[in-house]
Amino acid sequence: MSDTSAGDRAVSERVGSNLRPQADPLIPRDHAWHPPALAPAYKTSVLRSPQRPLVAHEATLSESTGPVFGPESLGPLDNDLLRNYALDGAPIGPRILVHGRLRDERGRGVPGALIEIWQANAGGRYRHRNDGYLAALDPNFGGCGRTLTDAEGRYVFRTVMPGPYPWPNNVNDWRPAHIHFSIFGSGFGQRLITQMYFEGDPHIPLCPILNAIPDAQAVEQLIAPLDMAATAPMDARAYRFDLVLRGRRSTYFETRPEGN
Amino acid sequence: MPQALDRLKETPSQTAGPYVHIGLVPSLAGVAGVYPADPGGAIVAPETPGERIRIEGRVFDGDGGLVRDALIESWQADANGIYNAPLDPRQGRCAPGFFGWGRCATDFASGAFAFETIKPGPVPGPRDSMMAPHICLWIVARGINLGLSTRLYFPEEEAANAVDPILRRIENPQRRRTLIAQALETEGDGRGYRFDIRLQGEGETVFFAT
Repeated sequence: MSDTSAGDRAVSERVGSNLRPQADPLIPRDHAWHPPALAPAYKTSVLRSPQRPLVAHEATLSESTGPVFGPESLGPLDNDLLRNYALDGAPIGPRILVHGRLRDERGRGVPGALIEIWQANAGGRYRHRNDGYLAALDPNFGGCGRTLTDAEGRYVFRTVMPGPYPWPNNVNDWRPAHIHFSIFGSGFGQRLITQMYFEGDPHIPLCPILNAIPDAQAVEQLIAPLDMAATAPMDARAYRFDLVLRGRRSTYFETRPEGN
Repeated sequence: MPQALDRLKETPSQTAGPYVHIGLVPSLAGVAGVYPADPGGAIVAPETPGERIRIEGRVFDGDGGLVRDALIESWQADANGIYNAPLDPRQGRCAPGFFGWGRCATDFASGAFAFETIKPGPVPGPRDSMMAPHICLWIVARGINLGLSTRLYFPEEEAANAVDPILRRIENPQRRRTLIAQALETEGDGRGYRFDIRLQGEGETVFFAT
């Protein structure tokens, strides 16, 4: 380590007099709440799970910051899967609204966050070059959507109820109906992908992917209830799916020019 | 009973699955026309100052097999170490046209991914430290239950890497090497690097928890 001071000098010369930035640090992630990397009943995880422990470090500016997506980057139909791929009519299947609020662990709404979703059609078939399931493609359904949360962290999508489908794991495994969610917070360290399931689906307790989550309460956090109050009468039922990203800790006792 | 802390729990992660492309890079799935372009294809603009670099790599599973259905996102600072993000108070001085975020799926046939970007500058780290130039990478795929976070560092930054506070968290120096990209011989403008990601087993890439 004899070149440590030389390294320090080389770095500081390039940076010059930049002010030292201060984003509130992210609260460490509770890994026990998430599915472990190795979940043998989900066979693909066996060869794709790191065996070494994750190296822990406090979140730095690189994790506390993240990209911002402006409204100009989205189109008007992006959150309406009933219309954003439709050629000559509506997609087949039960019409639903999926809505909810994105908050952080401290309960604060996360505004302006990009949420991207993807799903199978009502027959359980994905519009994907690698999906060869017997169920038919729907010419009016693409299966992707995106939106930005509003000032309070709320979002809504309109789509069709996806169907369950078989997948190669055990001989006869079926995924519960689900919608994939990809969520950005304000920091790259908050990045999250998950799946939303539907209240009452009998496939839920049978699913090796969902049941990789150790805590029953954590599983329930992924099951959206029917929300009759938000249902559009004579149009579409509603499911409510609230989301929580990692929060930030307030740095009460660190000297910060902008205060706390 | 003491008072309740009244904290929410983070939404648990689930795998991105084999059809992640539909939602995140739809043209690769064969879903055309919903978005004008797949997100994450432009980390920098033509006018962005900085040294042009190309990073290419592949993702391997525990058997040494190619992972052909992974998706990788990148996040980096500009050439002066400034993030284009409101939480970086220096954002106003960020390079023109610099976005800093990219997304790339591994190729269905070759398993390769590639990012075209600029080399980032060093970034202020915890407690008055400086972090060597690095690019944060986040990897999701079928079989990955929680997205994996790692960092790419540069082989020509030996002095800065030696004092990088995050690299120094890795006790075994051999394992630090899994985060140092390999310089490639390139023709024309810019430098090229190879950064292979090994999910498991010999040479397993260091992944971070924050």
